[in-house]
Amino acid sequence: MDAEQALAELTELSTQVESAVVFDGAGKVIASTLADEVRSREVARIALELAEAAAGARPSLPDEQSLVQVEVAMRAGSAFLVRHEGRLIAATTSPEPTVGLVFYDLRTCLRTIAEAGEAEGAGRKPKPKPKPARKRAPAKRSKTTPEADAPS
Amino acid sequence: MLLLGASGGFALLRRRARRARERADLYFEDGSMVSLDERSPEAMRLLPLGRDLLHAVRD
Repeated sequence: MDAEQALAELTELSTQVESAVVFDGAGKVIASTLADEVRSREVARIALELAEAAAGARPSLPDEQSLVQVEVAMRAGSAFLVRHEGRLIAATTSPEPTVGLVFYDLRTCLRTIAEAGEAEGAGRKPKPKPKPARKRAPAKRSKTTPEADAPS
Repeated sequence: MLLLGASGGFALLRRRARRARERADLYFEDGSMVSLDERSPEAMRLLPLGRDLLHAVRD
């Protein structure tokens, strides 16, 4: 499964995700749900800026790699950013998303892309993932604890 | 009964107002999380970037 397929699966499975862009630490776009390439690059640029600013919000940590997830919740919607093994995914949702579920889906998407990359690097054919049975309806937002949303 | 209804309504309004507040939640590798309220100086840097991201996608 390549990055485009992983993103397609993400938007198919997670009804809350409106759009998503996968990119590397230099801002190079790997895959995007946006048709416009310039817009995808712009999203990657802003998301990298967001990652830097967010890492700076807690300067006691050794480097920005320590920051793994960000949610900026606004009245118009939420912006999400997840980092995994040198790749990042930025996504937007409508207001009041189920935060834990969105983070889980974004992490899964990045892991799938990383596994596919490793399998390709080793010359193996990546294992095809079973197709999701049906769309998952967003769960009612419940009070989440920081531990519940924290990365595993 | 009236008092009960009023306190229920007040609680609902308070909950809605809290939810309407903008914020930035940061999650770190060590499992810790920092929630920055819209009035904090750090959130004032992050919220405009979040808005830019939404605009870049939607406009």
